[in-house]
Amino acid sequence: MNVTIVDYQSGNISSVINSFTEVGKGKVNLEVTSDINKIRSSDKIVLPGQGSFKSCVDSLNRISGLVDTLKDFAITNKKPLLGICVGLQMFADIGYEEEETKGLAWISGKVSKIDNQQGKFKLPHIGWNEIEIQKESKIFKDIKNKSHMYFVHSYEFIPKDKSVISATADYSSKIVCAVEKDNLFGTQFHPEKSDKIGLKIIDNFLKL
Amino acid sequence: MLKNRIIPCLDVKDGRVVKGINFVELKDAGDPVEQAKIYSDGGADEICFLDITASNENRETIIDIVRKTAKECFVPLTVGGGVRTIQNITDLLLAGADKVSINTAAVKNAEFVKEASKKFGSQCIVVAIDAKKVSDNKWEVFTHGGRNKTGIGAVEFAKKVEENGAGEILLTSMDKDGTKSGYDVDLLKTITNNTNIPVIASGGVGTLDHLYDGIVKGGASAVLAASIFHYGEYKIKDVKEYLNSKNVSVRL
Repeated sequence: MNVTIVDYQSGNISSVINSFTEVGKGKVNLEVTSDINKIRSSDKIVLPGQGSFKSCVDSLNRISGLVDTLKDFAITNKKPLLGICVGLQMFADIGYEEEETKGLAWISGKVSKIDNQQGKFKLPHIGWNEIEIQKESKIFKDIKNKSHMYFVHSYEFIPKDKSVISATADYSSKIVCAVEKDNLFGTQFHPEKSDKIGLKIIDNFLKL
Repeated sequence: MLKNRIIPCLDVKDGRVVKGINFVELKDAGDPVEQAKIYSDGGADEICFLDITASNENRETIIDIVRKTAKECFVPLTVGGGVRTIQNITDLLLAGADKVSINTAAVKNAEFVKEASKKFGSQCIVVAIDAKKVSDNKWEVFTHGGRNKTGIGAVEFAKKVEENGAGEILLTSMDKDGTKSGYDVDLLKTITNNTNIPVIASGGVGTLDHLYDGIVKGGASAVLAASIFHYGEYKIKDVKEYLNSKNVSVRL
C-alpha cells in the first residue's frame, strides 16, 4: 500500500512522519511529498497542518494543481484521507484565523476561535483531553471512549451537519475533535503525539 | 476535561543528562534518549530537553539527540537552550521537536517571538522566563541561566510574550531552582492570573506536594520537574496516582 503524507511546506510535520514510519514499518510504502503524480497514485493520504488556517490554505494553493489533485482523490475518487489538526480544519468552507479565508469546502462548516468565556479557559487548548466518542468511526476501532489525546489549538471546526462528528472533547464547550464522512477522516487532536493510543488510531487508518 | 500535565525535564550537557543544583554543581546521570524513552513509557505527558551548554557550543549534539528521541517517543517533545534564530528553530523542528523554548533571545529581542510564532505557529513557541524575586510581590527577568539581571518585570514580560504570540510560558523561579523547597507559588499565581496562555511551573520541586501546590495554588497548567524523577525518587506513575488521589485531574 502506498501512503502519502502531503508535505506542502507548512509547519512541522516531523512527528507525523516519525509516527507513520513507526506504525507502518514493513507494511506500507510511505512517501512524504507534494508531487501531484505521486499523490494521485497513492492509496491513502495524510494531510497534516500546523500554524494558522490561512497560512496552511495559502501553502496548499501555492503548489500548482495540489488542491485539485487532493479533491479528485478525496471527493471524486473517494479514497481515504486523514486530516490532522489544521489538516482537518481545512475541510471546512471557511476559516476566521488571521483573516477570513476560504477552505477546501469538503465538509460544510466553519473554523472559528474557541470561546474561552472571557479568559476563563486558557488558549491555546494545550494538553491531554478525553475524547467522547459520538459515533462509530473506523479509525476508533479498539479505542475506548474517554481515551486521552493530545491537543494544541485555539480554533475549532464547526460542521453544519452534526452527523459527521465522530468525537468531541470538553473544553469550554463540546469541541469537535474528530469527524468521519465517508472516506474522509479528521482529528483535531494529534494522534502522532498521543502515545500508544494515538498510534493505534494511525494503525486503524492504515488498515482501512 | 483537560488534564494537568506532568513534564519531566532532562538537562543535557555534551550529550549527557545532568541536573544542576542552582545551575552550578553538575552531576552526570545518563543517556538522554534512553531516559526520555523511560519517561514516555512511564506516562510522562511531555518530555522537555534543556540544552544547558547550547549557548556556547555546537548544536549538532542536541539535534542528534532530538532526532533519536523523536523516533522512539510519541509524546510531545520540547527543546530549549540556545534557541536564538529562526534557523535554530527550523533545525530542531526538522529533527522532530514539537515545541521549542526560547529564553534569552526573547528578552533581547521581543520581535523574535513574534516572528517565530508567525512562522511556525504559536503551538510550538514556548517562552522560558527565569524570574527572581526583587522585593515583595515583585519579580524580575534574568537571562543566561540566572546570571544576568535585565531590569524587566516578570509580569510585564509575560504579558508581552503572550501578546507576541507565545503559546505557553515556562516559568522558572531562580530563587527556588535546585533547592527542592517547592515552587515559588506567589510568582506562579501572579503570572497565571495576569496571562491567558498556559503556564508551566518549574524550579524547586522536592516532594509530591510541591507539584500539587504548583497546580492547585499556583494555577499552573503543567508542572515540570527534573531531579525528583531523575534520581528515581519518584516515578511519573507515583506522581499521577498521588495527584489523582488529591482530586487533581491527570492522564492515568
